[in-house]
Amino acid sequence: MNLDIIEASRLQFAITAFYHFLFVPLTLGLSIMLGIMESVYVMTNRQIWRDITKFWGKLFAINFAMGVATGITMEFQFGTNWAYYSHFVGDIFGVPLAIEGLMAFFLESTFVGLFLFGWNKLSKIKHLMVTWLMAIGTNLSALWILIANGWMQNPIGAKFNAETMRMELDSFQKIFFNDVAQAKFVHTISAGYVTGAMFVLSISCYYLLKKSNLEIAKRSLIIASAFGLLSASSVIVLGDESGYSTAHSQKMKLSAMEGMWETHKAPAPFTLFAIPDEKNQINNYEIQIPYALGLIATRSINKEIPGIKDLVKISENRIINGLNQYKILKNLRENKSTNPVEDKKYLTENFQDIGYALLLKKYRPDIENASSQEITKASLDTIPNVTPLFWSFRLMVGLGMYFIVLFALCFYFFNIKRNFEFKILLKIALYSLPLPWLACELGWFVAEHGRQPWVIEGILPTFLAVSSISKSQIFTSLFGFIILYSVLLIVDIFLMTKYIKMGPDKILNKN
Amino acid sequence: MIEFFDYENLRIIWWILLGILLIGFAIMDGFDLGTAILLPFIAKTDIERRILLNSVGPVWDGNQVWFILGGGAIFAAWPLVYAVSFSGFYFAMFLILIALILRPVGFDYRSKVNNKNWRNFWDYSLFISGLVPSLVFGVAIGNIFHGVKFDFNEMMMIKNEIRFFELFTPLSLICGLLSITLLTTQGACFLAIKTDKIIYQRIKKVLKFLPILNIIFYAIGGLILAKISGYIISSPIIGSGESNPLAKKVIIENGAWLKNYQNYKWMIIAPILGFAGQFLTIIFSFYKQDLKAFIANSLSIFGIISSVGLSVFPFILPSSLNPNASLTVWDASSSYQTLVVMLIATIIFLPIVLAYTSFVFAVLRGKVTEKNIEQDSNFLY
Repeated sequence: MNLDIIEASRLQFAITAFYHFLFVPLTLGLSIMLGIMESVYVMTNRQIWRDITKFWGKLFAINFAMGVATGITMEFQFGTNWAYYSHFVGDIFGVPLAIEGLMAFFLESTFVGLFLFGWNKLSKIKHLMVTWLMAIGTNLSALWILIANGWMQNPIGAKFNAETMRMELDSFQKIFFNDVAQAKFVHTISAGYVTGAMFVLSISCYYLLKKSNLEIAKRSLIIASAFGLLSASSVIVLGDESGYSTAHSQKMKLSAMEGMWETHKAPAPFTLFAIPDEKNQINNYEIQIPYALGLIATRSINKEIPGIKDLVKISENRIINGLNQYKILKNLRENKSTNPVEDKKYLTENFQDIGYALLLKKYRPDIENASSQEITKASLDTIPNVTPLFWSFRLMVGLGMYFIVLFALCFYFFNIKRNFEFKILLKIALYSLPLPWLACELGWFVAEHGRQPWVIEGILPTFLAVSSISKSQIFTSLFGFIILYSVLLIVDIFLMTKYIKMGPDKILNKN
Repeated sequence: MIEFFDYENLRIIWWILLGILLIGFAIMDGFDLGTAILLPFIAKTDIERRILLNSVGPVWDGNQVWFILGGGAIFAAWPLVYAVSFSGFYFAMFLILIALILRPVGFDYRSKVNNKNWRNFWDYSLFISGLVPSLVFGVAIGNIFHGVKFDFNEMMMIKNEIRFFELFTPLSLICGLLSITLLTTQGACFLAIKTDKIIYQRIKKVLKFLPILNIIFYAIGGLILAKISGYIISSPIIGSGESNPLAKKVIIENGAWLKNYQNYKWMIIAPILGFAGQFLTIIFSFYKQDLKAFIANSLSIFGIISSVGLSVFPFILPSSLNPNASLTVWDASSSYQTLVVMLIATIIFLPIVLAYTSFVFAVLRGKVTEKNIEQDSNFLY
């Protein structure tokens, strides 16, 4: 085991995923908003709505290119850097990924060209259909990716095959209707819609403050405020759904997010503020709201939420149990089993704890000889980093609440009162532009970092999933990506700013 | 009917589908890559370059999905092939990724700033984004014939001893060159349909010698193939067994890669199609039958890629480190369940994809002219 290669591979995946996720939420939200704007054009037949769609479409294209460019890396990285992962779960994980390409990515990529270049080649209705197909493709793409990701969090519908030494598909329905995946999908796309709404809102406020492009800015504001208010409310409601599904599938992640070291008598309180001390497994300076967490996470007043310390004890038992299963597997793989057919059958039904035994590989290759100290150490490894999770989660939720307030104010002043002169609100809305991106990245961080040390929850530890590659390989690609992506991000922001400053009137050759 | 879809036949179906996706990629995205390679040579002025870029502009994004989908399908249907090849060809894959990342941004960003250096920079980035993947794909395919250095331990963890510079052999370089000229021909054939005047004339000149290069490289590749050693499964084949690549025996034998053509005479159609397609491309291009020339070169691509697959069948990725661990059609696929689910998805969605792709090409038919570019300067690439 080479820790440098593992850490560098993780860092590369994290960096490339975070970059990719700078562009995806905006694509998700803006594509739907383009559909709405163009629908208004087709229904009212007023030229200005066509201009609005074309202008935001122009900015959409700049962002879309980066989303595509950074997305290619994501798909191929599983193979290049996580080869054992690809072998171990490719039978299942590959399926939603391939269907995403077939059903969604083809749709959005084929129609984005026609959306941008088909204005004079298609009838109004046909072009509108193209825009919506592109938006649907984009959102379906998110569905399949989150089904794949949801399975990493809650690996149901799969069974272990000792002969092929991998997890294999058992029930496609279970994987598709995985409630973790479904909750994640709706939560993520509505976060994308908030991002799209904020993008349109902030830039329109910028024009109002500059007193330029007023006609397009005002109409855009009205769409953005309404769409943003709806989306921001659903993010919170659906995020709660996501928390509820986490409570039964990933107990450790939930307790780590909440900094809950001890099992509390039901219903557990929600900790508003605390400084977690991970070494002594205790929180300092706690401020708690009684009953709140128990109600949110279990939707009951009598179900207990297990604390981290109790979960570690469960992990320890699972490691010990997993070692027995592992010994049978090892015998079988080395052709030393006296009854291979029986052993294989036994493992298909009793593989659930092998992953826990594999955690010991961090300490010794011959894990069947692990000492009790090593088993205790491995069980402590099942605790993710509490402090960053605790705070990321709270910051994300706080931002979500802020978005509701902001969009509600905007809706009140712009849509109801038709007051576009309220300078302070315009400024606040303008400077809130980066916040949805921050919230999205935090959410992604909580989901993925909270799953550690697992890459597939309870099945495969992250450190075992890497490729057999050399240090020079991983560091070349890591620095290569950092440099290339940073340059591209600078160019992207430069072009965005250039076109935003130019404004719709100039781009569309008005005046 | 249902019995037909047993595990063995499903593996063959998925082997054919893998071929179809790769051929689809080479035919569709091939003309984008070829156009990017031709960009600095065929188009001199800014407006000429914009004509080239906008010829493929509205469709390159959709075409690229053939590549993404190919990757996804290998992941889902041939997970071991995906894991071994992508991690084994690490630097090669990294180069392809960098090139493919430059492409969307190159297209999108190039004409957004009116500055000569800026535009030149992206033009050459696009050129690289066409050249590098074409070369690397060819070299990678060449290495399939040699076998690559990988093995598995008892937990199926991959041991990989592939070194980047060892990937370049006479055969793999010929494959790389063929890949470049073949896809450039594809780009030229497409541009002949989409352009007029001076660019059209330049394209026509290129199309006089590119197919000849294709024929030469393909023939040399075939001659080398007859000389080198290939792989043969020596233990009994169990077509419906579990996917465990360590359960068979493999021997190495000179000229083994051409044996399939002796055993199954019909397979000779593939290389014939490869050669004949090139002759037809020259003839159709000469008589200004541009669409037919494009189809002829596409058929040639179909023949050439098929001939690679048929030569090494049932191998997909042989191992030179431990030939017994080679990945074949019979022991590298995903489970029966997964192949069924994926087949259903393909049967439903692939025809839909082909239908709307045809619709898009029909809408965008017609030549891209200087006038088009000038009229819509702010919105075109």
